[in-house]
Amino acid sequence: MFRDSRALISRKEKWNNYVLLGLRSPQIARHAQPGRFLMVRVNDQPYPLLRRPFSIHARIKDMVEILFTRAGTGTAILAEKNEGESLDILGPLGKGFTLKRNLKGKTVLLVGGGRGIAPLYFLARKLRSLKIQPTIFYGGKTAADLPILEKLHKHGFDLFVSTDDGSLGFKGLVSTLLQAEVQRSRFRPAHIYSCGPEPMMKAVAALASARGIPAEFSLESIMGCGIGACWGCVRRIRKGDTEEWAKICEEGPVFRGSEIVWEGEDS
Amino acid sequence: MSIQKPDLATDLGFLKLRNPVLAASGTFGYGLEFAPFINLNQLGGIVIKGLYFHPRPGNPPPRLAESSSGLINSIGLQGIGVKAFSEKILPQLKKVTTPLIVNVCGETDEEYAEVIGFLNASEQIAAFELNISCPNVKKDGFCPALNTETTFSLVQLAKRTSRRPVITKLSPNVTDIVEIARAAEEAGSDAISLVNTFLALTVDVETRRPKLANVFGGLSGPAIKPLALRMVYQVAKAVRIPVIGMGGIMTGRDAVEFLIVGARAVEVGTANLVDPEASVRIIEEIEDYCRANRIKKIEEVIGTLRA
Repeated sequence: MFRDSRALISRKEKWNNYVLLGLRSPQIARHAQPGRFLMVRVNDQPYPLLRRPFSIHARIKDMVEILFTRAGTGTAILAEKNEGESLDILGPLGKGFTLKRNLKGKTVLLVGGGRGIAPLYFLARKLRSLKIQPTIFYGGKTAADLPILEKLHKHGFDLFVSTDDGSLGFKGLVSTLLQAEVQRSRFRPAHIYSCGPEPMMKAVAALASARGIPAEFSLESIMGCGIGACWGCVRRIRKGDTEEWAKICEEGPVFRGSEIVWEGEDS
Repeated sequence: MSIQKPDLATDLGFLKLRNPVLAASGTFGYGLEFAPFINLNQLGGIVIKGLYFHPRPGNPPPRLAESSSGLINSIGLQGIGVKAFSEKILPQLKKVTTPLIVNVCGETDEEYAEVIGFLNASEQIAAFELNISCPNVKKDGFCPALNTETTFSLVQLAKRTSRRPVITKLSPNVTDIVEIARAAEEAGSDAISLVNTFLALTVDVETRRPKLANVFGGLSGPAIKPLALRMVYQVAKAVRIPVIGMGGIMTGRDAVEFLIVGARAVEVGTANLVDPEASVRIIEEIEDYCRANRIKKIEEVIGTLRA
């Protein structure tokens, strides 16, 4: 992990409420892996005080991209940054998705909801470079909530799309669509990777668990430091016969579905 | 402009520091977390995250919330306990020449003594910082540092048990910080560090729920600096033992403010979370301040407030 106090914003794209920033940072880009994340300082002022965590959305040569929505004070400031400005970033941090070569020729599903698609795009590109062809389930609230749909089409990924309001694709939750497709025996997934809203991931985890499919999830949390020092970003994680609060920044953000204690689940 | 490098060394009496900047407990993990970013040997000292005797689960999330220029936390001192610290962490810190100070916690008086008793054996530990002031472990933020009797008796116990100097870390959540500091001094504390976090609350107005699962948390960061500075000034005037000041230090100039009001050293806390290189940058900025003001030794500025 590295600190780059002058990562140059070399690309900016806006799409509805979504913003994509490409940050030139050769050292961080070289070590980037799908599922790992950056901690970004949005300004040099005392407010907002903390850095903001963002999964790496893509790596393009010596550039890493982040994709986010204006969700609060920090992201609102970040959304106003322009090409030519630079940002103070740490990365790549945490542990990413496992990339198993034995998945070649098998069905691998990527399930993303809303801004949770961000790390899955990097993963999809990486899997393809390993000759693994993923199928992507991509859901949003409305058609305006699917910022990278066009990009995924352009790259020719096998895609299933849902929107809560039916404005595009299947009407309903992406987890419902996934359930229906798997039930129709359309897929015999060998592995599932997922990121998105908590209820979506919980539903995907339940499906994976019921069918004995290994699944990995990228979790989100407010973070203090991003490097394991403050213990502020914990999640209930099973370890053998016990459970403990595990640091998302250090032991995650990607965890196996079988490890995660989901909300409302008996512990 | 003087070419000579300013002398940043400071003396706590029982411990000489190469510079007055220590990493504050709870914001610097077990030290190793920062090794990828900085040379740990550049620091004046490292205060290890609070250790109980046994591993400690900590509080449920959310544990963090931001406020204006501040951070409110309720980690609840989650940690690995003394045994794992000695076996797994200390060997990895062997090459660190910076004094290591262990922040000591306890559910009971006995546990404080057990932690100290266990760690007495380690040559790597330069001193103990007695954490009697964490607001996140007891209901309603109670901690021993809230009254003179519990402060006195715990410091006395620690002094009887410890083979290392004892620094007592005080809570700002009191009516009269000076009487608590005096109780610690009378009980034999070798130094005083202050302030721990301010007991705080923050609310999500949409859900009308507290933003932290634990309801209350401890406020740190730039928001508390003037409050902390006032308390450090009051305590430094009132006691003869060395005072280590902290509270919202983000820059070298912030650190110098604490030295001017009488602190012999400072701890940098929340800044480490924002910028893992903060402590080293702050040391450089103190040097810059010395050069700009033709100060040869940083000790010249300690306790020089013109009030």
